[in-house]
Amino acid sequence: MSGVWAHLCESFPFEWAQYSFMQNALLAAILLAPLFALPGCLVVNNRMAFFSDAIGHAALTGVAIGALAGIAQPLPSMLIFAMCLAFVISYLRRVSAVPTDTIISIVMAGSMALGIVILSRKGGFSRYSRYLIGDLLSLSAADLYIIGFTLLFVIAVWLLLFNKFYLISFNETIARSRNINVWGYDLFFSVMVAFIVTLAVQWIGILVINSLLVLPAAAARNMASKLRIYVISAVLISLMSCVGGLVLSFYLATAAGATIALVALGFYIFSFVPSCRITGDKKPGV
Amino acid sequence: MPEERDEENLKKETGRSQCGGCCTRISNLAVTVGSTHAIENVNLHFHCGEFTVITGPNGAGKSTLLKAIAGEIPYTGEILFRRFDTNEKMKPKIGYVPQNMPFDPGAPLTVEDLFALCLSSRPRWLFRSRSVRKTALESLGTVEASHLLSRKLGCLSGGELQRVFLSLALNPRPDILLLDEPVSGVDAAGLNLFYAMISELRAKYDLSIVMISHDFHLSARYADRIVFLNKTVLCSGTPAEALKNESVNSFFGAADSRTPGGYGGISHHCKSGNPPPAASRTRRINEAGENTRGKDHN
Repeated sequence: MSGVWAHLCESFPFEWAQYSFMQNALLAAILLAPLFALPGCLVVNNRMAFFSDAIGHAALTGVAIGALAGIAQPLPSMLIFAMCLAFVISYLRRVSAVPTDTIISIVMAGSMALGIVILSRKGGFSRYSRYLIGDLLSLSAADLYIIGFTLLFVIAVWLLLFNKFYLISFNETIARSRNINVWGYDLFFSVMVAFIVTLAVQWIGILVINSLLVLPAAAARNMASKLRIYVISAVLISLMSCVGGLVLSFYLATAAGATIALVALGFYIFSFVPSCRITGDKKPGV
Repeated sequence: MPEERDEENLKKETGRSQCGGCCTRISNLAVTVGSTHAIENVNLHFHCGEFTVITGPNGAGKSTLLKAIAGEIPYTGEILFRRFDTNEKMKPKIGYVPQNMPFDPGAPLTVEDLFALCLSSRPRWLFRSRSVRKTALESLGTVEASHLLSRKLGCLSGGELQRVFLSLALNPRPDILLLDEPVSGVDAAGLNLFYAMISELRAKYDLSIVMISHDFHLSARYADRIVFLNKTVLCSGTPAEALKNESVNSFFGAADSRTPGGYGGISHHCKSGNPPPAASRTRRINEAGENTRGKDHN
C-alpha cells in the first residue's frame, strides 16, 4: 500500500515528491482534509469554534498527564483527557445556566494552567514546545493508519447520522419533535471533535489546529446556500489548503501546520465576497 | 355517557363517518417551574377535525401547555390519544410549530434540504432524493408555499417561514397540530389566508388543531372551540358559549376598555348583537365540569 503511494509520488515531476517524509505528509494532508472539513461544517453551524479551540489547547494537559504517568508516547493520555474534557463541557453546557463561552473559558484556563504547571517543572517546558506548532513531516506509517481509520469512522458516522446532526444544529425543538435524542447526539459529536482535534494536534500544532476545522467550513458557508454544496466545497477547500500549504511549506521552509492555515485563510478571504450583503450608501450608526 | 352521544352527534353533523371519534384527552395536567405552578389541573379534550383556539392573558401558561403536550417540557398528569377504530390508547403524534423557531440564518440550508433532513436518513451531504422532493412539494403545496422549495431558509420572511414550518409539522401526518401564536405579526391579508388554510387542513386531514391566539375576534370566527386559560382552564366551549362566560368577558372586556380596539371582539359582538359566524357551524360541548373547577381556582 505504502509502496504504491511512494511509487506514485516519485512519478510526480516535483522535487518535494521525491522525499519519503513529504510523501507521508502529503498522504496525511489528503486524509486530514476531509477528516477536519466534515465535522468542521457542523462546528461552524453550532458555534463550537471556541469549544474546539479549547480542546486543542487542552492537548498540552494531556501531554503533561502522560509525562507524569511516565508514558513515552502521550497520544493515548491526550485522547482520553480531551474526550473527558469534551464530556464535561457538554454536560455543564446542558445543566448549568452559565453562558457556554464562560464554561469553556473556565475549563480551558484551568486545564491549560495545570498542563503548563506540570510541564514547566524544573524548567523543562521547551521540550514540549513542538506541540505548539506541530510537525507534519515527523509522521510515521503507523500514524497514517490511525488517521485513515479515524477518517473511515467519521465518514461512516456522516453517512449514517449526518441528517440528524444537521437537524439538531438547525433547531433542537424540531429535532426533538422528530424523536432525536438531542443531548446524546450532541455529546457524541463533541467527543468525536475532541478526538479528531487531539489526534492531529501533534502534526498541525496546538496554536493553529482550530483553523483547519473552522476556516474551510467558514469559507464554504460564505459561498453556498445549499447543504450539499456547503459540505462538498468545505472538503474541497480543505483539500486544496492542506496540499497547497504543505507544498508551500516545503519551498518556504516553514511549519506546515501554520502554512496550511494561511492558505485556508486565503480561501476564506476570497470567499468573503459581498454577494449577499445589503448595500446602500447610508450606513447604520454612521 | 354524554361523551358517546357527542360523538354520534358529531358524525351526524359533519357527515364524516370515518372519524370524529379519535380524541386526545388531557387529564389533570400540571407543569411546575421551580416552585411556581405554571399550569395546574388542566383537563381538556380535543377531537379530530376540531379547531381549538386557546386564549388568555400573558403568563397564563398557554405556551407552557402546548410545550407540555408537545413533550418539550416535563409535566405531571396524562395525555392520551385514542383512535376511533381500534379504541387503542397511545401517545398522540404531534406536529408542533413553536412561537419562535430560532435558527442560524447563515447556515446553508434550503427548504428542500430541511425536508430531507426531517424525512429521510439518506445522508443529505451526498445524495439528493426525488421522493423527498416530491413529498416536500406536495406538503408545501397545502400551505401555498411550493415556490419556496429551493430558497435558503435564512432568506425567507417571517410569514414564509411560518408556512414552511407548518408544512413541516404536517409531515408525517400528526394526530394533533399545535400552533403557538402563528399569526402574530402577520398582516390582514395573511391572516385571512392563514385561517382559510387552517380550515382546509382541518377538513382535509381531519386533524385536531390547537392554536394559541390573542386575536379573539378573528379566531372565534373560525374556531370550533375556545379555551380560556389562566393557570387552569377557566372556560372551554363554543365561541358563543365563551362569549357568555364571565371570566372571558371580564378579561377581554377590561382589555377592550383600556386599549380601544385592542383585544377587540367580545364587547363589539355584544353591543352589535351579532353572534360570531362560527356559532352556526360549531358543534362542541361546553365541558361544564372544567368550568366550575376553574372558578374554584379563581
